[in-house]
Amino acid sequence: MKNSLIILSFFTVGVFVGLFKLVPDIIIHNDYSQWALYLLMFLVGIGIGADPNSLKTIREFSYRIMLMPLITIAGTTLGVVLVYFLVLKIDFRDALAVGYGFGYYSLSSIFITELRGEELGVVALLANVMREIFTLVAAPILALYFGKLAPISAGGATSMDTTLPIISRSSGKEYAIVSLFHGIVLTILVPLLVLLIIGS
Amino acid sequence: MFVGIAIGYLIRARKHLVKIVDRLTMWSIYLLLLLLGIAIGANEVIVKNLPKLGLQALVISIGGVTGSVLLAWLVYYIWIKPKPKENEE
Repeated sequence: MKNSLIILSFFTVGVFVGLFKLVPDIIIHNDYSQWALYLLMFLVGIGIGADPNSLKTIREFSYRIMLMPLITIAGTTLGVVLVYFLVLKIDFRDALAVGYGFGYYSLSSIFITELRGEELGVVALLANVMREIFTLVAAPILALYFGKLAPISAGGATSMDTTLPIISRSSGKEYAIVSLFHGIVLTILVPLLVLLIIGS
Repeated sequence: MFVGIAIGYLIRARKHLVKIVDRLTMWSIYLLLLLLGIAIGANEVIVKNLPKLGLQALVISIGGVTGSVLLAWLVYYIWIKPKPKENEE
């Protein structure tokens, strides 16, 4: 939660800096963000590889747990398809790519900005921040009324870190491992799925 | 990213290195979002359309979360709730 606030404040400061043109044009018009993104992907990879839990949990679990990320992917897909036909007036693949951020707003918004421009990047940032905040707030209610897997699925990729504590409290400690595994797999899949949907 | 995973696996025993990487990751995320923020603030089209973009974000977010929650609910009742005899397969 503290991290989310820090990230959001960096973003907000950036918005104001841009709004009032507080930095030289060179920074605004040159694309440094792509290199920063490569660096980030590399670092995220190191983080996953170096986490002893991530590899162990992936090895140890039965096929049901393996299916958990697929459930979230399928559910998110269905949900986005549904709202798309009801109200949205943007490109369908763009909407799906935003949904495939699974709450991993930092990476997905940056990725989508690179691929589709800043407008969709903002949508991705906001939509995925909302997903995380919603999960943080609603996890206990979800666990109560929609079963203990619901908060995990709602948390998406964040179920391995930011929303893990609340999920573990709402669904029980025995679900923490499921949550961790689920989050790790989705975290790895976010860039791949986004690229698959709007990469070409 | 996969190069990163491989390197991470190799250095996993060296805790201090892992800590440094964690910190670097956070800072590169901060930096990127600062850059994204600057790009957005400087883009008048986006600033003008912010309410519209926010609404789109809200709708996609609601769709994604609702779909996930409902499917997870269904799966929970099929697999877990009727207290299955452990590992009946």
